[in-house]
Amino acid sequence: MAIIYIDGKPLETQDGQNLLEACIELGLNVPYFCWHPALGSVGACRQCAVKQYRDENDKQGRLVMSCMTLVTDGMRISVDESESKDFRANIIDWMMTNHPHDCPVCDEGGECHLQDMTLMTGHNYRTYRFKKKTYVNQNLGPFINHEMNRCIQCYRCVRYYKDYAGGHDLDAFASHNHVYFGRHEDGVLESEFSGNLVEVCPTGVFTDKTLKEHFTRRWDYTTAPSVCVHCALGCNITPGERYGKLRRIRNRYNRSVNGYFLCDRGRYGYEFVNSDKRPKAPLKRQMIDGKPVHVPMTRDEALSEIGKFFSNGSKAIGIGSPRASLEANFALRALVGAENFYLGLSKADGKLLSAVLEIVLSGPARQPSLGELKDHDAVLILGEDMTNVAPIAALNIRQSVNNQPRANAKAMGIPEWNDLPVRRAMDTDRGPLFIASVAPTRLDDVATQTFHATPDGIASLGFAIANFIDPQSPAANVSGEVRALAQQIATALQSAQKPLVVSGPSCRSEAVIQAAANIAWALCRKAKPAGIYFAAPESNSVGLGLFGGANIENAAEALRKGGADTLVVLENDLYRRVPAALVDELLSLAKHVLVVDHQYSATAQKAEYVLPGATFAEGDGTLVNNIGRAQRMMQVFNPEGEITESWRWLRRLRAASGKGREDEWISFDSFLHALVAEIPAFSHILDAAPTAAFRVGGLKIPRQSHRYSGRTAMKANVAVSETGVTADPDSPMSFSMEGFSMMTPAALMSSFWTPGWNSAQSITRFQEEVNGPLEGGDPGVRLIEPQPDSAVPYFDAVETNESHDAAWTALPLYHIYGSEELSASSPAVAELSPKPYAMLHSDDARARGLLDGDAVTVKIDGQEISTSLKTNDTMARGVVCLPAGLEDAPYIEFPAAAEILRSVTS
Amino acid sequence: MLSDALKREIESHIHEPEHRAAACTEALRIVQRERGWIDDESIRDIAEFLTMTPHELDGVATFFNLIHRRPVGRNVIRICSSVSCWVLGYDKLRDALQKKLEIKPGQTTADQRFTLIPNQCLGCCDHGPALMVNGDLHRDVDPDRLDDVLNRYA
Repeated sequence: MAIIYIDGKPLETQDGQNLLEACIELGLNVPYFCWHPALGSVGACRQCAVKQYRDENDKQGRLVMSCMTLVTDGMRISVDESESKDFRANIIDWMMTNHPHDCPVCDEGGECHLQDMTLMTGHNYRTYRFKKKTYVNQNLGPFINHEMNRCIQCYRCVRYYKDYAGGHDLDAFASHNHVYFGRHEDGVLESEFSGNLVEVCPTGVFTDKTLKEHFTRRWDYTTAPSVCVHCALGCNITPGERYGKLRRIRNRYNRSVNGYFLCDRGRYGYEFVNSDKRPKAPLKRQMIDGKPVHVPMTRDEALSEIGKFFSNGSKAIGIGSPRASLEANFALRALVGAENFYLGLSKADGKLLSAVLEIVLSGPARQPSLGELKDHDAVLILGEDMTNVAPIAALNIRQSVNNQPRANAKAMGIPEWNDLPVRRAMDTDRGPLFIASVAPTRLDDVATQTFHATPDGIASLGFAIANFIDPQSPAANVSGEVRALAQQIATALQSAQKPLVVSGPSCRSEAVIQAAANIAWALCRKAKPAGIYFAAPESNSVGLGLFGGANIENAAEALRKGGADTLVVLENDLYRRVPAALVDELLSLAKHVLVVDHQYSATAQKAEYVLPGATFAEGDGTLVNNIGRAQRMMQVFNPEGEITESWRWLRRLRAASGKGREDEWISFDSFLHALVAEIPAFSHILDAAPTAAFRVGGLKIPRQSHRYSGRTAMKANVAVSETGVTADPDSPMSFSMEGFSMMTPAALMSSFWTPGWNSAQSITRFQEEVNGPLEGGDPGVRLIEPQPDSAVPYFDAVETNESHDAAWTALPLYHIYGSEELSASSPAVAELSPKPYAMLHSDDARARGLLDGDAVTVKIDGQEISTSLKTNDTMARGVVCLPAGLEDAPYIEFPAAAEILRSVTS
Repeated sequence: MLSDALKREIESHIHEPEHRAAACTEALRIVQRERGWIDDESIRDIAEFLTMTPHELDGVATFFNLIHRRPVGRNVIRICSSVSCWVLGYDKLRDALQKKLEIKPGQTTADQRFTLIPNQCLGCCDHGPALMVNGDLHRDVDPDRLDDVLNRYA
C-alpha cells in the first residue's frame, strides 16, 4: 500500500497502480479519454494531466499524465492546481475544434463520455472560429453506425478492436489533424465483438445501428438487470424498453462473467422480442374453411378449457426446455408430475449434457468463471469453435494468450497497465494455446498449434495428452506425429501455472468430452490447479440438466404406450431437436397439444393451444450458465396482451386443474422456495438476488431514471389521465421513477449513473477497485464446485476407426449468427447469417471431381439437401461439415453418415 | 498483380520472417516508384504479399504524405508550409504557384505536368521559403522567378 498526498491530503492507494486508477478509486474527478479499464494506458489524449511535486517544499511542480505515472509511496500531486486545470481545459478545447456541436441529434448524447469530460473540465464556450473538418462516413454493416466527424482521436476503437478483440479490419488512417478511423473500404466489420465499439468509443463515432430504428435517450428507458439468452455463458445485460418495445441491449458489468464486453449476437439478437409474429393472447386451433387457424381466446376461457386436461386422474406429458428458466421448467414438472416431465433434449443431446455434468460434479478440476478464463496461462481447446459457440469465452481466451509473454514485460519492470511497452515486449509471442477441432476456428490466429481431425481423432489426441501427464490415464493408439503433438501439449500444460482445458458438445462426441476431463484430472492429480471449461448449447442447458430426466425420445415412447392425453411443450421448438417425423408422431399421438412459448415456432404452429409466454425482457426467472452459475433476470417491462412468464401460465393451469390451490405460489419467492424444497441441487439460487421484500430506506428500486421524461403524457393518445403504475410483486423493483436508486445491491443494478458520469465509463464508480467486483460483490451464485479429493476413475480411451469407408461423416459447424434460434429472427443478425453450404476438405472434394461452389446434394437419413459446396485446405478428412440450426434447414442428427452427389442441373 | 521482380525486391527488405509487415513502407515506396502512385489494387496485393490486411496496410500508406494514394502528375512539387517558411514568405510563394499552375494544393495540372502538395518542413528553415520538386530541393525561392525552377521539369 502506498500513501500519496493529493492536494495536501494523505490517501491510501494500491501498489503498482497508475495515478489515474488511484484517483478513480478514490472517487476523484480526473478526466480522461484514451484510458480504459480493460485496455490500460497509452498516454495518447493528454487529458488526465495533474501536477506532481518533488517534495513538500516544491511549489512549482510539473505536469504529468496521471495514467502514465506509477504510484509511489509519499508521492505528492495536485488535481485542483490551476495550471493543470487550465491544461486539461485546453486539451478539451483542442479536441472540440473539429467536434460538431450536434449533441441534440447524436445518439450518444446524454451518455457521452466527451460531454461528461467537457463539463468536468469547465470548457463551456468554444473559442475556435474556423471551419470544421468533415469526413465521409462508412457503411460498417448492420450493427454499427459510423459518424467520423465526431471523432476526437483517442484511438480507443482500434486499440479495442485490434489489440483486444483481435480484429484486422478497423484501423487508423492518415495523420495529424485528419486521422480517420474506419475500414480500408466500406463493409461489414468482421469481428464478432464489434458492437462493443458503441460503449468503448467515448463519443458518438460508433453507435448502435439497430437502436437508430427506434431511438430513445438514455434517461428514457425502463431497465432491469438481465441475463443474455443467446448462448450458455449468461453474460449480464441491461435491456432498455420504451413504449412497449425493447430498444437495445447494453453491457452490464460483472467481473465474474462478461466484464465490460458482449458479443454481437448478445447485443443485437434482441429484436425477436419485438416480433409481430409472437403470440400475444392464448390461441386455440379451429378449422375455418377447412383450414386449421389459431384463434385468440381470453385468459379465463383458456384456463378453464385447458385446465381440465390436468385434473386429477388425467395424465399429461411435459417436455421442458434448455432455453426456459428454472422456474418455468419446475412449474411444468409440478403440473405434470416429476415422472411425466421430460427434458426437452434429444437422446444424443441429453447424453452429451450428462457426460459434462458427471465430469464437473464428480471430478477434481474446477470450472473457472467466464471472467477467470483471462487468467489462465496455457489453454487447450478440444473440439470447440468457441467464437461461434461461446463468443465471450473466446474473447477471454484470446486475452489469456498474453499471460506468459507478459512475463517478458514484467521482467523488464514495465507495469502491467502500460499497454504499448508491454505489447512491444511481448512482440509476436503468444500462448501457449492449442486448438484441436474439425475445421478451422476463429481463434486459430493466436494458436500455438492447431490440429484438425475427426472427433475420434481429437479424442485420441486428448487421451494421449492425458496419458503423457499421468500414465495412469489410459493411453490412446495414435500415430507418431500425433504422439509428438500430444507430448508438446502435455509439456506446455504441465509447465504452466494455471492450465485450462476447454471442450464442449459441438463435436457431438462423448469421447472428446471425456478426453478433456482426463487431461484436466491428470493435471490436478499432478498438483496443477487445472481448470476445465465446457461450452453448453443454450442459456439454461446446465440448469435443465441438473433437474435430471428423460429425453424427447422417451416422451414419445411414453405417449406410444398410451395413458396420456395431453402433451405440454414448454418454450421449445421440437423440430429443431429431433427428426421431423418423430415430432409429427409426438404431436399426433397426444389428444391435446399445448405449447407455452414466446415464439410462434413450427411446433407452436401445430399445437391445439398456444399460451403466450414471456421473453427474458418480460419476466423474472433464473438461468444457470455453462459452469453452473445461477443468475436472476428481472422483468424489464410489462408486455402487451396476455403475455406472461411461462411459469405463471403453468401455475395458473395447476390452480385451474384443481391440483394446486389458487393462492399457492402467489409470489415469485414462495415459488422459488417450493422449487428449492423439491430439488436441493438448486438451494443456492435463493441467493442469486434479494427477495421481493427487499427495500432500501423502505423504498423499492426504480426501473426508470429520475429524469425519465413524458410519463404523464406518453399514453395521452390512449387516455388523457396518467395511467397507474403496475405493481411488481415478484421483485424489489418498481415500474416507475419512484424509489431509492442509490446503494442498490449489485444484483439489482441495471443502470450505472452518478453525478457527472453519464456514460458507460460510470462503471468505475461502482467497482470496489478498477477491474474489481461490483461494490458488495458480483451477482450470481455457483451451484457446482469441484471435488478436490475425488478418486473418480479416468475414462477409457476410444478405439479410433481411421478407415475411410464410402460414407462421409456429417458434422455440424455452429455460426454465431444463424445457429441460435432466437437471435436468428432478429433482422440485423439474420442479415449476417450464412447461406447453407456443405464443406469438404479440398483434396476430398477433388478426389470426387468436385470444386468449390459446385451445386451438390447431401443425402442423410433419406433426406436430400441441395446446397453449394465449400472447400477448405486444412479441415478434417472424410468429414462433411454443414451449418447447424439455420432457419428453414431440415433437422439433422449429427454425427450422421452422408452421401454427397453432384446436383444434376436441369 | 505484383511482378516477380517487384516481389523479389520487396522480399529483400524482409529481415525477420515473423515480421513481414515491417517491410510495408519499403514495399509501398518500391511499388510507387514503378507505378507513380498506390492504387487500391496495389494495396491489396502488397498486403497479401506481406500477410497483412488491406486495412492495416492502408493505415500505413495514408499516414505518409510521400506515399500517393491518388494519381499524381509527372512532377510533384512539395511546398514547405511550416512555420519558418511561413515567416519567410510561404503565402506569396504558394499564391504564385497556384496562379502559375492554375491549380490548388492537392491538385494536378490539366497537362499532368505538375502536382502541388503542401509539406510540413523540408529541413531548411534557414533558407525559406523552400520547395521540393521530385527529389530536388530548391531553397530561397523567389516567387517572381518561379519559371527558373519550373522550366527544368517537363
